[in-house]
Amino acid sequence: MRSKSQSLLIRKIALHALLLPLAIIWLFPLWMMFVFSTMPDYGIFSPQIVLWPSTNFVANFQNLQADTNFIGAMVISIVVATVYTVLSVLLTSMAGWALARYRFVGRSLVIAIILGTITLPYFVVVIPQFIMVAREFKLANTWGALIVPPLFNSLGVLFMRQSFSMMPNDLFDAARVEGVKEWQIFLRIALPLARPTMAALAIILFLASWNNYLWPLLINSKPGMMTAPVALGVLIGLTKVSWGGIMAGAVLLTAPILVIFVALQRHFIAGIAAGAIK
Amino acid sequence: MPIRNRNAYAFLAPYLLVFAAFWVWPIINSFLISFQNTRINPWKFSLQANWGRLFGDPAFYNAVYNTLIILVIQVPVMITLATVMAVLLNSPLLKARALFRFAFFAPVVVGEVAYAAVFRLMFNLDFGIINKLIGAAGLAPVSWFDNANAAMVVIIIAVTWRWAGYNAIIILAGLQSIPEDVYEAATLDRVNKLQQFFHITLPLLKPIILFCVVLSVIGTMQLFAEPFLITNRGGPGGGTETLGLLLYRQGFTSLNFGYASAIAYTMAALAVAISLLNLWVGRDPK
Repeated sequence: MRSKSQSLLIRKIALHALLLPLAIIWLFPLWMMFVFSTMPDYGIFSPQIVLWPSTNFVANFQNLQADTNFIGAMVISIVVATVYTVLSVLLTSMAGWALARYRFVGRSLVIAIILGTITLPYFVVVIPQFIMVAREFKLANTWGALIVPPLFNSLGVLFMRQSFSMMPNDLFDAARVEGVKEWQIFLRIALPLARPTMAALAIILFLASWNNYLWPLLINSKPGMMTAPVALGVLIGLTKVSWGGIMAGAVLLTAPILVIFVALQRHFIAGIAAGAIK
Repeated sequence: MPIRNRNAYAFLAPYLLVFAAFWVWPIINSFLISFQNTRINPWKFSLQANWGRLFGDPAFYNAVYNTLIILVIQVPVMITLATVMAVLLNSPLLKARALFRFAFFAPVVVGEVAYAAVFRLMFNLDFGIINKLIGAAGLAPVSWFDNANAAMVVIIIAVTWRWAGYNAIIILAGLQSIPEDVYEAATLDRVNKLQQFFHITLPLLKPIILFCVVLSVIGTMQLFAEPFLITNRGGPGGGTETLGLLLYRQGFTSLNFGYASAIAYTMAALAVAISLLNLWVGRDPK
């Protein structure tokens, strides 16, 4: 019979032999994105296999900026994602608080509608949204059109409601006895206690807004009002375009969010595991 | 226990306004629009214009077929991979855990446009790295984007790469909630690791895996950016046109909102059917 430590060693080797190739395959597209972004276009189109970065990133970025105003689009994306995140966390916290801590007529109806429609495809609402915003209100190519409609997202309501309903009653009752107003109880006591949930929610909402493609593509297609993913997407379809530049743009879209991901991995994973974004 | 309070409405109102305007009303409105002939001005009620057309439209059946093919292949492959990733990542024997987690979880945060661009470049016929590697192995290059089947394979690979880690995160959370003593008891009874996986882990994970399957089916059903960007608007010749892309083409290229709404509601009906199927499969066996 094999000794215990020997079989443990074999299992350990088998585990890594299985996982390492899989991890390399999974990292490959991200690595190649980075490598391509540093290669001159003639290098990308050459028959050689290149797996190691070159030094052409800045020139590629200049090509990208010549093809489209990518810096401007990045600024729009950053502002939109930030404002959207703050507004969405605020609105859904308030709604989650109301649904968690108060009894009122219509409460179960609101919860039923949110839960009953949450798995409906986004495509069901995108046409009426577009008709309303672009045709009826004539608000295409505005900041409001990018930020306001996606605020319908009910994920935060469910997140925050869950967080608030787990807090002990005595906390709030004591304040009420002393005559503290309800909105102060919410702002001063409840919100600070819900900070970890708000952090997880904020990260997920920021990511969703930063990567959002379909709605910005439809509603803000005018050059100068496009978000960064939309501006980059336009270039992918063109024939005479710098692919090194597109890859530089892809890196600029991806790198900041990867840094945030690594720094705040715990919150990210908590957020996904808790409620699943999509 | 929640208290009775009128303030509730003040807290709820701002969100409810946005929710009603941009979610609840559009859901209803989309249904109404699907019964309107939107190719004439003003729009007029017509059952025939959209719903009548839908079930005789070869482009619709093509999109349903492509979407289902991607679903039926991609979801099982991805969920199996995600389960393998989660189980291996959960092993106490693992070294460099942070690195492996990064490898599998990083794609979750990468945007559709960025990764679509990379995949399009990697699978290029003449200078794509994949064909160069295939060539280095002595095989003939594959014309990935000129052949409908090959283009489907690229879409399936791309979506699997993007979403496997996401599902692995959810499954890993499920694994970590299984109490350790279940396995200790099994080990004492000389049940080997592989048997433990099939007889303990998998049955306990069933609800979570079902949840992932439903999420993935609903997500893949709405596939849009990948065939739009990677295979160049559903190419070759509609070979990768999904329901999402057909809806986009009808709604926002042809501006036929009524027909696009009918397509959207077909998608919603499929999503509801999948969710109900999940409830039925996951019900308590009694």
